[in-house]
This record gives sequence, structure tokens and C-alpha cells, in this order.
Amino acid sequence: MLDKNGIAKRIAKEVKDGYYVNLGIGIPTLVANFVRDDIQVEFQSENGVLGMGPFPFEGEEDADIINAGKQTITTLPGASFFDSATSFGMIRGQHVHLTILGAMEVSEKGDIANWKIPGKMVKGMGGAMDLVASAENIIVAMMHTNRAGESKLLKQCSLPLTGVGCVKKIVTNLAVLEVTDEGFLLLERAPGTTVEAIRAATEGTLVVPAQVPEMKLD
Amino acid sequence: MIRKTVSGVQEALSGVQDGMTFMLGGFGLCGIPENAIAELVRLGVKDITCISNNAGVDDFGLGLLLQKHQIKKMISSYVGENDEFERQMLSGALEVELTPQGTLAEKCRAAQAGFPAFYTPAGYGTEVAEGKETREFNGKMYVLEQAYEADFSFVKAWKGDEAGNLIFKGTARNFNPAMCGAARITVAEVEELVPAGSLDPNHVHVPGIFVQRIFQGKAYEKRIEQRTVRKKEDA
Repeated sequence: MLDKNGIAKRIAKEVKDGYYVNLGIGIPTLVANFVRDDIQVEFQSENGVLGMGPFPFEGEEDADIINAGKQTITTLPGASFFDSATSFGMIRGQHVHLTILGAMEVSEKGDIANWKIPGKMVKGMGGAMDLVASAENIIVAMMHTNRAGESKLLKQCSLPLTGVGCVKKIVTNLAVLEVTDEGFLLLERAPGTTVEAIRAATEGTLVVPAQVPEMKLD
Repeated sequence: MIRKTVSGVQEALSGVQDGMTFMLGGFGLCGIPENAIAELVRLGVKDITCISNNAGVDDFGLGLLLQKHQIKKMISSYVGENDEFERQMLSGALEVELTPQGTLAEKCRAAQAGFPAFYTPAGYGTEVAEGKETREFNGKMYVLEQAYEADFSFVKAWKGDEAGNLIFKGTARNFNPAMCGAARITVAEVEELVPAGSLDPNHVHVPGIFVQRIFQGKAYEKRIEQRTVRKKEDA
């Protein structure tokens, strides 16, 4: 079983040379820490920056330079700033190659829910609906089950949707899965995790091939 | 040169009335029109509709207007980080229209650029698309979204000149440029107001044609919502 950093580490392997990548809040933000340094990648934050760097040193933070999580950040050589309409033009126009975001639920059809729990929590969708509706390549980073131990990989989402049929790949603390016409195709197991444990934690249809290799994190 | 300068925030907000719709720039607390918000609180205008990506925090930004119950309706993409907002929304005192962030930006830009509406894929198949026209283009489904209509846009820039030309700094740019010229009157407040001719025209982000009133703002607090740093020894 992986921790949050483990999930981020596995997803970092999906980031390829030449990619512009949008990272959501939470586990996705951690992915930046594990991307190989011998490839050229730029991180986009939808509030208007490309070429995001690490957090600033203490005392060097600038209120005018933040990411979409409202955290103070720095920029790297080659960075640029732009307005929100331009930023979503990049996203909607599919110039951003990869979107990594969190989810409360994902369905076996690739539907995603991550913005609202009716009567309980309504924070809003932020840029998530634009991102999932437009990106060609979407990876969901999340825990396989919620705090109550219930599966987050479902036949059908129970929460209000963020997008329909858009998720292609999911990396959880237990597994790497691909959304296919037949259901969740189990691609890899987390170290020390059995297929049975994954099956037990997955409510949606799980397609298990003859061989399911263990994830390689390095 | 057509001069856009006004004496200060009071003159800049003249004509503001109860029941109006305002666009306010900013992302979180970054690049928000602090002076205009303070003046709206002082004026005590009520029943206003605010188009703004976020709703501030409890004691800063639009949170100041929420505290005084001046906002009737909020149009935003993300409204976390604000307990007072949540209370008013759940009690029904505050009407809330949640809109995908890119759609919100484009509804401002469409108003600025003279488009009545546009198609976007964002929100298709979700409750955001309910009651809206949808249409297929090249095998993909889109939702028809209409441009906003607003009485005032309040934006904040880093530098501006007497002609209303604006330059922004960092990610404080965000929604501000798309909101310029998107309402009947655009009010720009700047950290530094310079004489016409002082800004290199090559560096202007928003041309003065989109701005009706400009003034030098005062006492910017520029509060940081999530101060995140690393230690030098970690590097």
C-alpha cells in the first residue's frame, strides 16, 4: 500500500518529456517533487502561471505570485504569467498535455465527482470542470477508499458530477487502473497489495488480467 | 490622450447603487481591488450581486461585504475558506451561482469583446448544464454560456497611467484583464499611477479604452492566504 507521496511518485512516471502539466490541489501537487530532472516539463497553474517552481525561501514570498491553491510559489527560467481567460484558453484548447487531479468518486465509465457533497460541503468546482472537459489525458490521484472505508471506484458516481466519461487513468494507494469499455482494468498493484485486496476495495467492475505486476516506483 | 484619472476611491465609485451587479478581479486574495471593496463597505450598498472567482476570507476581501450582509448573490467558481459565506449560503440568506472557472473568465471576456454567448465543453453532463442549450461540434458536446452583464467592474493593477493603460504583476493579473471593459463602467485602482508617456506601450497589458476611471490606491495589505515556504537548508 502506498502513502500520498508514493501515489505522487508513481504518477510522476506518467509525466513525459515536453509535457505541459496542470496539477490539482492535494496529492497532485506532490507530483512535481518526483518528476525526473533529465526531461523538460513545465507546470501550469490555472490562476495564470506556466513554469512554476518550488515554494520560496522564508522571507522571499511574494503575495503577487501564488498557485491555484493560493500558496506562495516561485517561477523557473522560461516562466510566464497570463490572465485567467488566456489560462483556460490553454486548457480548453488542449495545449496542456496532462491534468492530474483528485476525486471523491470515479465511475467505471470515467465519470468524476469532486466538487460537491449535497447538504454538507459546497466549495465549488474551481477550474476542475474546465480541466476534465478539455484535457485529453487525465489522471486521477486518490485513495482507493474514503474515510468510512467505502470504495471510491464505483459503477456509478453518487455525488454530483464534475465531468462525464473523461477519466482515463487512476492511481490510488492500492493500484493503477485504466478506464476501459469493460470497466476498471487493473494494470499494476501497489507493493505488498494483493489482487484480492484491490477487488474488495473496488465497487465498480474490475477487470483483472492474468498477470498484474507490482508497481515500480524508481 | 483621453484622461481617465479621478481624485480617489470616492469619486471612482460615484454612481454605485443598491441592487447593482459588480465584477471584482482577483484570485483568492491575490490582485483584489482592496480600496474599492473598502469603499463599498463604507457606502453600505445593499442587495448587490458580485461576480468574482472567490468570496474572500472571513475578515478580508469580499468577506468584508459578507460580514455586513451587503451581498445578495455571489457568482464564483470556488468559495471554500470562508465560514461566514457557508453560513449565509446554507441558511438561504445568500444566493450562490457556482460556475466553472474558465467559463467565468470567458463570460467576462465575452462581455468585454461583444460576444453574447459562446460554447464550452465545461460542465456538460453536470448540473451546471441544466436548462442550458447544448450542441455537438465535431463529435463533442458543448454547453451554451452567456456573457455577463454588469454595472461596474472593479479591478486592481500594479501600474497604470493617466490614460487608463494597465500593467499587472505576477499572478495578481488573473481575472482583472477580462473584467476590464466588461461592465458599463470599469474602475481600475493601481499601486502606482504614472503620467501618460511613462509606460512603454509595448508593455501595456490592458489598453486604456477598457477603463473609465483610474486612481492611485492606498495602504495595500496584500494578504497572503497560504504562506508556504521552504527552509534554505532544504535546498
